[in-house]
Amino acid sequence: MISRALIISVVVMAAVASAMSFYVWRTRSRAEHVDVLSSRNREVAAPVAGATEQVTLYIAYDDAGVLRAEPFRIALPAGRQQRIQELLRALLKAYVGKSSPHPIDPGSSIRDVYLVEPGLAVIDVNGAFANGHRSGVLVEELTVASMVQTLSANMAGITRVKILVDGKTRDTLAGHVDLASFYDVSAVSRLAAQLQ
Amino acid sequence: MHWSSGSNFQLAKKFSYSSSVITSLLLLAASFCFIAGNSLLSLLAQNANNGEKKITIYSSTANYSLPITERNGLEYVGLLELLEPVGAVNAKVSGKKWSLHFKDVKSEFTSGDTRARIQKNDVTLPANFILENGRGLVSLSSLTTLLPQMLGVPITFHDSARRLFIAGSEIHFTAAVNNTALVFNFTLPVNPMIATEPGKLRMVFNHEPLLSALNALTFADKTIHSTTFRENNGAAEIEITGSGPLFAKFSNDGRTITVIPAPQAVALTTQPGSNPPPASQTVASGAATPKAGAEVKPVFAIIDASHGGDERGAALTDQVAEKDVTLAFARHLMQELESRGLSSRLLREGDVTLTLEQRANRGNTANASVYICLHAASDGNGIRLYTALLPAPLPASGDPKKLFSDWNIAQSPFLQLSHIVETSIAAELSNRHIPSRSLMAPLGPLNNITTAALAIELGPGDAGVSDLSSHQYQQEMASYIANGVQAARAQLEAKR
Repeated sequence: MISRALIISVVVMAAVASAMSFYVWRTRSRAEHVDVLSSRNREVAAPVAGATEQVTLYIAYDDAGVLRAEPFRIALPAGRQQRIQELLRALLKAYVGKSSPHPIDPGSSIRDVYLVEPGLAVIDVNGAFANGHRSGVLVEELTVASMVQTLSANMAGITRVKILVDGKTRDTLAGHVDLASFYDVSAVSRLAAQLQ
Repeated sequence: MHWSSGSNFQLAKKFSYSSSVITSLLLLAASFCFIAGNSLLSLLAQNANNGEKKITIYSSTANYSLPITERNGLEYVGLLELLEPVGAVNAKVSGKKWSLHFKDVKSEFTSGDTRARIQKNDVTLPANFILENGRGLVSLSSLTTLLPQMLGVPITFHDSARRLFIAGSEIHFTAAVNNTALVFNFTLPVNPMIATEPGKLRMVFNHEPLLSALNALTFADKTIHSTTFRENNGAAEIEITGSGPLFAKFSNDGRTITVIPAPQAVALTTQPGSNPPPASQTVASGAATPKAGAEVKPVFAIIDASHGGDERGAALTDQVAEKDVTLAFARHLMQELESRGLSSRLLREGDVTLTLEQRANRGNTANASVYICLHAASDGNGIRLYTALLPAPLPASGDPKKLFSDWNIAQSPFLQLSHIVETSIAAELSNRHIPSRSLMAPLGPLNNITTAALAIELGPGDAGVSDLSSHQYQQEMASYIANGVQAARAQLEAKR
């Protein structure tokens, strides 16, 4: 004779197992679409409150393939690290807008900025920034030069810049421009001069 | 068995609870196995995508490949995706009905049904039509029934190879041995991927509607023995066997491929992984590291068609990948350089994946006077020339002959030579009124090259992006670049 408790346990666990299996199956089939949608809909974080300051952003223009220094007024916090972060966020905001001269993935954002040692700034961008970036030598070069030059033009004392993606080193931005090495700020300044 | 006494009843109760717990644990374990199995299947499916099944369609407007979806043990393809490159098409879903409007032809399909209607004719498909997330899938076996009626032209379908030819879009070829060279003449220009191994050379035609009446030919030749034509997974392949390594040369604007015994002197192969990445962060300067007993004959130029294999580079159009354009362009450039007496080699001759370190190693061990890396882009126009972006101030001119250099700035002592070639090519392009631009770029592996090194990015010409895959445009640009390299030859050779 099979006990009632056993029958109830078996039925309940069978129901739980079936429900979990169905849930996993549904989740797996939707996962890809959800990832893409969430990355597309993510917005760049709003700048922090604080006194606005005039800064120079090096904006890339795809049509002419140039970098142009342009004055902007943005709110900047007091901390050096946070200032760099806001500066780069303001730059990315210029690129994700509707009339962007150098469109990048709308989900692009700066995850963090670290000042590791005197002169070295590490910029950690999110996966959408790199994964959604257009591929090509010039278009990738404009993005990197724009970031490094904007940073060095507004923050004295930065001599080297390293770009991480989701906290990890990556070989290239989108198949061409090197992200594995450290960027020498003075070399990028010479490049920025060529690009103007 | 019958439980009646009190102690036996307690035992039975305990046994019953233990059984419940064990059963529950087993079910939980089964659930986790199912979840783990699902995850494993996802991983396997992702890995399997690398060698995924595909169908290739050849038409007068475009040649393209589509992935195959397997349902109920049969192979299916999206009908809308299949017709899209051929002409204007749109689809509408209404419940289980899927209506398709291709040019002036209206057709209607029902999910899970073999019956369909094209214009006013009823047709019966060999397998059920499937509607998935608004996407209409038809079995491959249905294509010979559907397409002639929808397109209004005859089609030929090689079902085992999954190659579909629409209205006579075919390329044929002849093959003949002439003085230890096997010469293939094609009716239209071709651009196959080439892979070699000792005694064999394979040419894979992914985008060309190549057909052959003969499957195999044998030759009474000591060096080249036979050639075989095969079709598989949406591609055609010609395999040539010989007594030693073989080498393919392109001419006649891509209409002729000549297979000859490979020059034994230069130890360059296209097999992935044959050159390990550098073990340390230094590189032997001018590093010729011949294998024991092998003579390494220097070449003037080493041409690196960027990307390849799994790394497709930029998607220049929906159908054209950067890796294919760079390889075709590299072949034109090699031909142009050799016709000017400048011995040249391709760093990759087939569709293989190479790391930047492998490219740098092969570039350096070729002991060439100049390393030219080729890229292509759909933006801008003309040609862009790039030299290495090195830290400033640059190290004092340096001694190119010193034994070891820093891997990351190995290019430093050669940067002046690189600028000489860049300036010479830019001058030639300017004389020809071709737009060009010279820039520095943080582009691998330029920094690691121990000779004059530059990257050339081919942009569209006056005809737009279609220029990038045009043999004529590539040939023309390659010719101007070769002129520029030739003009810098004396300076390059004098300063090395």
